[in-house]
Amino acid sequence: MKLHEYQAKEIFAKAGLPVTPGQLVKHLSEVDEALRRFPEGPWVVKAQIHAGGRGKAGGVKLAKTEADLRQKASDILGMTLVSPQTGPEGKLVKKIFITPALDYMKELYVSVVLDRATRCPVVLASAEGGTEIEELAVTNPKAIQKFPVNPLQGMEPFQARELYLALGLPKDRINAGAKFFQDLVKLFLELDLSILEVNPLVVLKSGELHCLDAKVAFEDNGLARHKEYEGWRDADEEDARELEAGKSGLSYISLDGNIGCLVNGAGLAMATADAISFFGGSPANFLDVGGGATTKAVTAAFKIILSDERVKAILVNIFGGIMKCDVIAQGIIDAAKDVGLKLPLVVRLEGTNVEQGKALLAKSSLKYQFASSMDEAAKTVVAAAKEARA
Amino acid sequence: MSVLLDKKSKVICQGITGSAGLFHSKACREYGTQMVGGVTPGKGGSEVEGFKVFDTVAEAVKKTGANTTMIFVPALFAADAILEAAAAGIELIVCITEGIPANDMARAVEILKRYPKSRLIGPNCPGIITPGVAKVGIMPGYIHKPGKIGIVSRSGTLTYEAVWQVTQLKLGQSTCIGIGGDPIIGTTHLDAMRLFNEDKGTEAVIMIGEIGGTAEEEAAQYVKKEMKKPVAAFIAGTTAPPGKRMGHAGAIVSGGKGTAKEKMAALEAAGIVVAKSPGEMGQALLKALSGKGRRKAPKKKSK
Repeated sequence: MKLHEYQAKEIFAKAGLPVTPGQLVKHLSEVDEALRRFPEGPWVVKAQIHAGGRGKAGGVKLAKTEADLRQKASDILGMTLVSPQTGPEGKLVKKIFITPALDYMKELYVSVVLDRATRCPVVLASAEGGTEIEELAVTNPKAIQKFPVNPLQGMEPFQARELYLALGLPKDRINAGAKFFQDLVKLFLELDLSILEVNPLVVLKSGELHCLDAKVAFEDNGLARHKEYEGWRDADEEDARELEAGKSGLSYISLDGNIGCLVNGAGLAMATADAISFFGGSPANFLDVGGGATTKAVTAAFKIILSDERVKAILVNIFGGIMKCDVIAQGIIDAAKDVGLKLPLVVRLEGTNVEQGKALLAKSSLKYQFASSMDEAAKTVVAAAKEARA
Repeated sequence: MSVLLDKKSKVICQGITGSAGLFHSKACREYGTQMVGGVTPGKGGSEVEGFKVFDTVAEAVKKTGANTTMIFVPALFAADAILEAAAAGIELIVCITEGIPANDMARAVEILKRYPKSRLIGPNCPGIITPGVAKVGIMPGYIHKPGKIGIVSRSGTLTYEAVWQVTQLKLGQSTCIGIGGDPIIGTTHLDAMRLFNEDKGTEAVIMIGEIGGTAEEEAAQYVKKEMKKPVAAFIAGTTAPPGKRMGHAGAIVSGGKGTAKEKMAALEAAGIVVAKSPGEMGQALLKALSGKGRRKAPKKKSK
């Protein structure tokens, strides 16, 4: 679960990490409140969307006078930001964050992520802050320092000092600076985060480190342990169908094509979308109904697929393991009836009780094409989608 | 022959009094696995469906001689269950549970370093099966057939698909290992490849990978340098958009890294026959077995 900058800064502040307070503004009238709290300019107006690359896309602006602040706030609130991370359609800005601007000497980068190769959290840091780290990783990978962290202990003081020095920071503040990095890692571990990023981390004139930005995402499984933050999810920032699917215990990801997919198991679901592409079609979604695949889950899945108007044909690909194919077949029949399915349907069933499953489908009034292998299923549904479009 | 699991394996189930734990313990017993009991803290001394229940893994090991465990403990307590098994001297720990916080697994994997005799498979995996002999996990036994093909995969149903294709070709499997779809897992593709390379009962291997991470590339490096047997592979997630988690917590393309295309190229460069479509995993295996596209045998180091 991703958080907005203003939420991340609230968490940082609570943990004693240095951030500048600001005012969240959802409506222009609330700019007055920002001015009451921070009467002295200049200010920074920052779009609150989940995608990065806000600055370059015009979502972060400096304002010097009160009139300027009102103008910039009005410019950004309600604009559609297009950055490399938003996709070409961009994201509508529904919230802005107004914060007093700071003078600083230098921009740095620091983040904590879980590194699957070393199987532990790793601190990434660079003296070249402000830019996209992905970009830096390509153009100058040596500029990024990596510090693996023992997940049982957090960052050791000596590692934090090494990191501090590697960033070329003034030696007279080495202990305070090192503690800052240790505290970042502590927060990452305590809240079971999947990412914690400060970009830019700045050096103030006093030599102190300060978080000008803050990005935090909870690891989805770890969130179960931090229920107080569950309400912080911003539904506006997430795909409505993905959220709806999550409520029914389904895993759904929207893709760009016109063939709806309903599959059990994440790997098979990915592979099914791949097979469709391989045979010249285009999947509309990734959908894993889970190992159970009950009638209820299949019905919910059909409803979500059909709510996508681009879908021209549907492929059901189920490998029955513990869940038996006859149970799944009945689920498909009931669900199709329930949602009034009219689109071309291709069904591929394999596994436990497959013959009984086939017999049930054949006896029903359901219109469908049966496929006996994965390749055949993909080819058939690609042809059906082409026909439906023509 | 097989790897990790054979007819001598004595298996317990942690979380045996839960519905999933009990259901699958019975299914494993029916398949022929030597199920010697289960563990549920607080329910020790009771019996469920013919399984003796113990309060701790240590007690179960002492009383039954168990050397393998199958874990169905709920996500927030599963890392603890893994460590309990290791501390009790269990050699093969198969963790089926999904949804374990990644940081819990990072901590567990760190602590497991103290128990070099214990091997973890999973979490979030279907388990391991040596066809016709024993299974520890949730896979449907009947799709398997005893044989000489080793299969290692991050996914559940996609593994069944590969198994099925192999079975239909009248080939069978030596051992199938589902290593799990999480970012932090115990046994990796590389570990499994090493085991199959050393196993006399395995003639060839199918490796099924996914987008995300670099585990498949690491296994490919090993195959290139050390592997004595043909390898076929499939990588799921060609169509996955960047930044989206495709069901499995580990299946995510981030910062342009871990794409299917990159992985396939690395595998092919190592002499692995890569199936372009998931329907062709069996065909890719046949091609690898026939020696077409097969890499040269690794050269022995000259002195």
